[in-house]
Amino acid sequence: MSSTVPANSVGLVTPSVARFGEPLPLECGKTLPSYELIYETYGTLNSTRNNAILICHALSSDHHAAGYHSTNDKKPGWWETCIGPGKPIDTNKFFVVCSNNIGGCKGSTGPMSKNPQTGQPYGPDFPLVTVKDWVNTQARLANQLKIDCWQAVIGGSLGGMQAMQWSIDFPDRLKHCFIIAAAPHLSAQNIAFNEVARRAIITDPEFHEGHYYKYDTEPARGLMLARMLGHITYLSDDAMLAKFGRELKTSDYQFSYDVEFEVESYLRYQGEKFIGQFDANTYLLMTRALDYFDPAKNYNNDLSAALSMTKARFHIIAFTSDWRFSPARSREIVKALLDNNRDTSYAEITANHGHDAFLMDIPHYMDVFRANMNQLDLADHTADQSAETTHAPT
Amino acid sequence: MLRPDLEIIDDWIKPRSRVLDLGCGDGTLLAHLTEHQSITGYGLEIEDENISKCLNKGLNVLQINLDEGLADFNDNAFDYVVMTQTLQAVSYPDKLLDEMLRVGREVIITFPNFGHWRSRMNIALQGRMPLSDSLPHAWYNTPNIRLCTLNDFEALCTEKSIEIAQRTVVNHAHRSTIAMRWLPNFFGEIALYRLRSS
Repeated sequence: MSSTVPANSVGLVTPSVARFGEPLPLECGKTLPSYELIYETYGTLNSTRNNAILICHALSSDHHAAGYHSTNDKKPGWWETCIGPGKPIDTNKFFVVCSNNIGGCKGSTGPMSKNPQTGQPYGPDFPLVTVKDWVNTQARLANQLKIDCWQAVIGGSLGGMQAMQWSIDFPDRLKHCFIIAAAPHLSAQNIAFNEVARRAIITDPEFHEGHYYKYDTEPARGLMLARMLGHITYLSDDAMLAKFGRELKTSDYQFSYDVEFEVESYLRYQGEKFIGQFDANTYLLMTRALDYFDPAKNYNNDLSAALSMTKARFHIIAFTSDWRFSPARSREIVKALLDNNRDTSYAEITANHGHDAFLMDIPHYMDVFRANMNQLDLADHTADQSAETTHAPT
Repeated sequence: MLRPDLEIIDDWIKPRSRVLDLGCGDGTLLAHLTEHQSITGYGLEIEDENISKCLNKGLNVLQINLDEGLADFNDNAFDYVVMTQTLQAVSYPDKLLDEMLRVGREVIITFPNFGHWRSRMNIALQGRMPLSDSLPHAWYNTPNIRLCTLNDFEALCTEKSIEIAQRTVVNHAHRSTIAMRWLPNFFGEIALYRLRSS
């Protein structure tokens, strides 16, 4: 960042760590004896504690959603476009919380953390956690922060799935639910991409069945391939055409397998950048959590039944060129909400950026986001309610 | 001030009913009905700017193209399905009409009458496609691709055994006159219908 903080940024932020001694029963049947969540907050919690917003992160992101950790940071948090003073998620008005999911590798308890029973990193023994488990940890974080009810739970992609799970598991603990560029469950194609990514990591000779920390190495090649594959699914054909076309690195073909095309250069750069930044065991775990997410599964595959106990107002947003979680997938969620007569809005943003569009500063998206956020009501209605109670016939 | 044709619709809709507004625009009608009639429901709209306007009014708006039909909605999910000044702009008005009668107990529909005398004069005397306050677009860029007259529309209703519970015609200032009541398909500029499946 430059020496001065941009006026519409939350500026310098320092993460906090919440410790949980109470064992956490997991969906897989195992129990996590204790764990830590690293999280950041932006803005101020008001006196009625009703202006809190939970941000849920996607596959490879973390608790650092906005602002900068130091003046030397080149890049701000991953959702700087949407979170900050005067931005759609306005930190002048709201208290924003974002935690790193357990199983992660950015500070919350995960495969790289020390297993208290062995004194060694969990590695592949870290239990397979699910979206539902994450939501439980986030609810416990809310308890610690004394937030009874989120004004909104907001997430894109895998984050949107967490927001949806919140509306199902804790219907009284959120007023608004934002499900952006998400799906009610993964398609066979989605799972297929995840499987290729996992095979790339698992078949890397440096994987050592997940115990690579012991050998002071990591399955770098596999992780890089997984990331390259991921990036293809985050972009649309049009976005790749616009960004790279058939541009060459040099003036003409070199008749080699080195980087010839700009798109190859981009993918290799993204893949290499990931090495050392992200843990392979976490990547495996996060993609599996995606595969498993399917709230309708326990309701005879009836999504409408799964959403029948929800109480939140829903804000569904999809992007036209997103083929990873296409608008049709968001419409499945909308349909299930309409079946339940839930307060719901749905916006389909015309964008050629593919799945990544949910992170971008697209004018119609920002307008819609702001307009949706305007539906959040911080007025204290307890006075009105008590007045009604007084006048109610007894 | 509410547009007078919307005032008429407001009179037709019972309080606390469930309403689906197809092509709800900036949400003026839905917002009015929510405030004055305590209705609940949804608006469907396609234009980006209108989505934000509806959201800013606190409405449930869904960015869905009417040409896709109403598959997201269950049978008889609404007391009223309303569509104002949009019928002429959809690709399959006959199919959409079936869908509206499927998801709503009653359908309220308004459209510009192509049988209005001024439209007829434009064609008869100038040999040109009509331009008017209610039909302001040139033939090559008009969104109004399915224009019809009152008689055309009522013939379709007969063919589909749709019951016309009420019909009102107004001019572009949305006023009704004796002439319109006498010769609606000649003097009426905008038609308003209440329909039910029979």
